[in-house]
Amino acid sequence: MGCSSSSTKTRKSETSLKAALIIQNWYRGYKARLKARQHYALTIFQSIEYADEQGQMQLSTFFSFMFENYAHVHKEELELRKQSLESEQDMRDRHDYVDLIDVPDSYNGPRLQFPLTCTDIDLLLEAFKEQQILHAHYVLEVLFETKKVLKQMPNFTHVQTSPSKELTICGDLHGKLDDLFMIFYKNGLPSENNPYVFNGDFVDRGKNSIEILMILCVSFLVYPNDLHLNRGNHEDFMMNLRYGFTKEILHKYKLHGKRILQILEELYAWLPIGTIVDNEILVIHGGISETTDLNLLHHVERNKMKSVLIPPTETNRDYDTDSKHNKVGVTFNAHGRIKTNGSPIEHLPKHEWEQIIDILWSDPRGKNGCFPNTGRGGGCYFGPDVTSKILNKYQLKMLIRSHECKPEGYEICHDGKVVTIFSASNYYEEGSNRGAYIKLCSGTAPRFFQYQVTKATCFQPLRQRVYTMESSAIKILKERVISRKSDLTRAFQLQDHRKSGKLSLSQWAFCMENILGLNLPWRSLSSNLVNIDKNGNVEYMSSFQNIHIEKPVQEAHSTLVETLYRYRSDLEIIFNAIDTDHSGLISVEEFRAMWKLFSAHYNVLIDDSQVNKLANLMDLNKDGSIDFNEFLKAFYVVHRYEDLMKPGVTNLG
Amino acid sequence: MTKERNQALEIIVAEFHKKIKEAFEVFDHESNNTVDVREIGTIIRSLGCCPTEGELHDLIAEVEEEEPTGYIRFEKFLPVMTEILLERRYRPIPEDVLLRAFEVLDSAKRGFLTKDELIKYMTEEGEPFSQEEMEEMLSAAIDPESNSIHYKDYITMMVIDEN
Repeated sequence: MGCSSSSTKTRKSETSLKAALIIQNWYRGYKARLKARQHYALTIFQSIEYADEQGQMQLSTFFSFMFENYAHVHKEELELRKQSLESEQDMRDRHDYVDLIDVPDSYNGPRLQFPLTCTDIDLLLEAFKEQQILHAHYVLEVLFETKKVLKQMPNFTHVQTSPSKELTICGDLHGKLDDLFMIFYKNGLPSENNPYVFNGDFVDRGKNSIEILMILCVSFLVYPNDLHLNRGNHEDFMMNLRYGFTKEILHKYKLHGKRILQILEELYAWLPIGTIVDNEILVIHGGISETTDLNLLHHVERNKMKSVLIPPTETNRDYDTDSKHNKVGVTFNAHGRIKTNGSPIEHLPKHEWEQIIDILWSDPRGKNGCFPNTGRGGGCYFGPDVTSKILNKYQLKMLIRSHECKPEGYEICHDGKVVTIFSASNYYEEGSNRGAYIKLCSGTAPRFFQYQVTKATCFQPLRQRVYTMESSAIKILKERVISRKSDLTRAFQLQDHRKSGKLSLSQWAFCMENILGLNLPWRSLSSNLVNIDKNGNVEYMSSFQNIHIEKPVQEAHSTLVETLYRYRSDLEIIFNAIDTDHSGLISVEEFRAMWKLFSAHYNVLIDDSQVNKLANLMDLNKDGSIDFNEFLKAFYVVHRYEDLMKPGVTNLG
Repeated sequence: MTKERNQALEIIVAEFHKKIKEAFEVFDHESNNTVDVREIGTIIRSLGCCPTEGELHDLIAEVEEEEPTGYIRFEKFLPVMTEILLERRYRPIPEDVLLRAFEVLDSAKRGFLTKDELIKYMTEEGEPFSQEEMEEMLSAAIDPESNSIHYKDYITMMVIDEN
């Protein structure tokens, strides 16, 4: 009796052991695959983000090309602009700006009192929590005062820490106001005993760039020695054109937005390049290169670095020495309008401009050496050897930078010498990443603090978060795919010798990678992007199913539609540049001329007659002008069966 | 005959290599052909294999450096992983086996396990879950009203997820 029951018991516990093992094994496999999918989604977001930045950088060569060819056409117009600009110069005086704008009694938003005090910081925070908008009068006044004070700051701010005065360093915020609130909630408001460094990229992408900028500027004005702002690559009016800040301002400030943009352009250039903490930690936005010269950077005239898209051309250097000839230079002002200034271009020498680009755009990588940053199109990839060399050269111990989104909000590399700090949680999508900040105190190791803001009151389970991210990423990727439909179809058909409509997974992946130029795990992603038959072969035309671009007009040829859709961000910037009287309209003539240049430079083969047809069709009023915002809005992508991509919400009850 | 078979094998191996490289690169944050050793389990499982924790431990020992650095190099990982895929080792658990495992634990054949029972089995038997793993599983599996897991529905949901 005793024997049999104990053997049954042992057998039973053996089986339950086995059963538990099976369930645990299976669950761990499932969880790992979820994590992998999360990483794939992040990879998609990142590749597309950097590919976009690269596209942005290429615009600069187009603009140089455009100046040479386009400016000749409109010389008279440029002369006119020169005259109106001189009066604009006067307008920049504070009186004409700020005092011309009245704050009506009916305004319910926050009213700031100059000189600013910490009460004004509290006022702003409370108001922004209620989603109020700060009146343009105050926005301009704050920006003016900030620019005035920034002008007196050196290129690098030197800061000392102590046990009673730790320094907090925050990375990219990108207009995510909730993250700034979270940081202040966890770490306290800035004050003399609670100093902060904000390491660039305060604006673009998120919905509250102007609010973040206001909070940071007001805090800076109240505590100019304890609130430090470093310039990021997005503190650049050309970047703002593409990545959302310009739109946000023009939307929130319909009347005075353009003036705000004008002064922002100058303010950006006066932002310091970096911060040096305790003489041993360098804090800059992007990174370094093997030629980084800190001594040079301490002395450059940083305010002459307008934008990454306005590189010094060969002729600029002549202008610097050629003031006698009073040549008229062509440059940009707020939101990309071509204008002339009456004086020679104020430009940095090429090597100084490149030094700053490296600081704002570079990324650390594991490989030794220094290589051009082909991902972004600007700055470089720098290896551990470069870090050691530069840090040793200037007797520094560590480099703290931002610029790259990291799943945990921070990342340490190069043997502990380089720290990336990123403060915008859920940057790509709800659940994509944490945000973090660092607290520094001389003599102790840096401490990291993480957070993640969430709309839901409690955290969704991992699978839900992964789904949200994955759906979002796949959607964006599919939009890329549809924008290259013609090229992809051609590539597929070239490989499809038997005209079967099918390719091997390998062939399909090869085409995708080559045409789209995105280094992604195509095989792992294939099940989300195409139909695969039971033999493992890809039905390649299914890459384009369930998604299409709406045509703005019936007759527009599909290749033209595709091209216009693919370049719509670039086109928006170019249109704004041409729209010299910023009316939102360009003439059909201008459209044609610009298109000719564009297609020549970008090597896009679109028939002239097709473009003419489109231009005329878009001129809905038949008055010879095209509303380009309407024109661009007309290209939107339709995802059919969107709901099918959402995870099945099941109720186990 | 052998020549054709060899060619076919070459093609299969080449495909495996590409697949493994893709999965590896996603975790290679510094782009220097290494990954953190703690991610190896995720990578292997993302390729469709289901090693137990014990088996994973042995695999890591195989791909680690002579003096462990905390990083695994791709050159060492690739041949080992290719073998695993060729030999079809660590196959995933079929749905019906998983269902039976739950049924074994549910001795009273009620069709569900209570939260406490699940916790007890998962954290005390086999290769115990960490607290984080337990909480994760509970968050998706437990029906909050009855505080239990109806495993048949749960499995169905998970299977749909994966496909």
